[in-house]
Amino acid sequence: MKRLLARLGLVLVGGFFVLGVVGPWLAPRDPQAIDLAHQFEAPSSGHWLGTADNGVDLLSALLHGARLASVVSLSVVCVSVVVGVLLGALAGYLGGRVDHALSAVTDVFQAFPGILLNIAILALVAEPGLLHLIVALSVSGWVLYARVARAATLSLKQLAFVDAARALGASDVRILLRHIVPNLAGPIVIQATAGLGGVILAESTLSFLGLGPGVAVSWGALLDQGSSVLLRFPHVALISGGCIAVTVLGFQLAGDALRDTLDPRG
Amino acid sequence: MWRYLTVRSLRAFATVVGVVTLVFLLVRLVPGDPVDAILGDQASPEERAALRESLHLDAPLPQQYAHFVGDVLDGSLGHSFRNPARSVGSLIAEVLPATAALAFAALALAFGIALPLGVIAAARRGTAADALASTVAVLGLAIPNIWLGPLLILAFAVELRWLPLPGDDALGLEGLLLPAITLGTALAAILTRQTRASMLDVYQEQYVLAARARGLAEWQVATKHVLRNALLPVLTIGAAQLGALLSGAVVTEKVFERAGLGQLFLDAFFARDMPVVQGCVLVVAITYVVLNIAVDLLYVVADPRVRLT
Repeated sequence: MKRLLARLGLVLVGGFFVLGVVGPWLAPRDPQAIDLAHQFEAPSSGHWLGTADNGVDLLSALLHGARLASVVSLSVVCVSVVVGVLLGALAGYLGGRVDHALSAVTDVFQAFPGILLNIAILALVAEPGLLHLIVALSVSGWVLYARVARAATLSLKQLAFVDAARALGASDVRILLRHIVPNLAGPIVIQATAGLGGVILAESTLSFLGLGPGVAVSWGALLDQGSSVLLRFPHVALISGGCIAVTVLGFQLAGDALRDTLDPRG
Repeated sequence: MWRYLTVRSLRAFATVVGVVTLVFLLVRLVPGDPVDAILGDQASPEERAALRESLHLDAPLPQQYAHFVGDVLDGSLGHSFRNPARSVGSLIAEVLPATAALAFAALALAFGIALPLGVIAAARRGTAADALASTVAVLGLAIPNIWLGPLLILAFAVELRWLPLPGDDALGLEGLLLPAITLGTALAAILTRQTRASMLDVYQEQYVLAARARGLAEWQVATKHVLRNALLPVLTIGAAQLGALLSGAVVTEKVFERAGLGQLFLDAFFARDMPVVQGCVLVVAITYVVLNIAVDLLYVVADPRVRLT
């Protein structure tokens, strides 16, 4: 059962990124092509998944949306991991006042519920766009990685190889970058895998609320369109929401599988 | 113990001060003029002056900060920029009961699902029941509120007609059920996992063996001895998720067209009513900090083995 779920997770994650790369080329139609005579049509042989607002081919829009979701999730997780690991490792390694100060900052950011902080940041930018979205999501995203990196560093620095490196005259910077940070990879990768799914969820939610990057091919934006006509044309909301759920599920399962392999204590 | 309580409270206080400061800085850290950033260049001079006034942007920074802290301390949280006669605090107080009702209903539902499911999963570890509980937990985490809500509406309000459609009778008890399920499932998933994990931890303890040796039935061991002691970490996780619950409420309120903090927040966002946006974020963050410390303190009182860390 466990191995089955792990495999399912890997297949879903792999499929998601493959579609992120080749999706726009697979799309049978232009996702911007407007065809007002055929709005919100049910799936048919002409439009395999039916059409959305303005008669846009839903399959094509979803395939382009996979690109958007993979770009946003990878960017946000990369920025968050770099910032979080640096701050967390520094706090854990140096200890003392630096640790107190950085932990206090982490506490403050953790107190903010993610989506609310994201929206508050987006409220300050005149027109929401892809870059603004990535910044807003990263501002609340780094905290988790900082916590994990700090905890792992605290236990790593007790180990003999760190003393050995120091005895050999390695500088703090060298110890941090050569010995501590590479050993953080395991726990961070576990977090980041589930984190990718979290970012996809957050992006969809912001787009659903009308605060996304402002492109019609976002899964969340499609779901929002679908929800407004839910009672008459349920297929748009069902299918686009399903894409989000299946992708997030894939990252959850892959994260769990990694935890089982990389972190036997859990 | 007293020393721990003091240290913990001071740290929570520092976090609250940090939260207030960050919310204050939010507007001021934008490069350029925040009034431009918020209103764009289409705004009339009157609008600009009104926003500048309501955010106290004329004074020097320390004075602005003192003003902001004063507004937080007297509970007014400044004045709405769209509706200068109303304080942000009173606008929030008006909608908070609806959101609190939704959050409590979701919380109750989450515990109602998670405790039995987690207990069974732990007691029957490795069986089909355990696998089922884990699967439910994974699904609960993966299915987004923005999808589950519409699905539930389609199934129970449109097809089966058991429950009211969004917008009709939204504040009655029946209208609360679907939003609470939507909001509560992710939390239920997290709590199920935590219940199972801490039950399994407690099963290792000597006194479980002792209880079994005294001839207690297995279900009595599970509920009386194990669950009771496993409950504390579950409560802590529950409190830590409260912030997520409140931000989930923003989304759920939008899906179900319910009045509440979420509607207030989103309306304020689209109208660029920054004082209200700030106030909502502040209230939720402070609620989160206060609840967390409350649970921490309870933890110490309830379990004498917990010592300062």
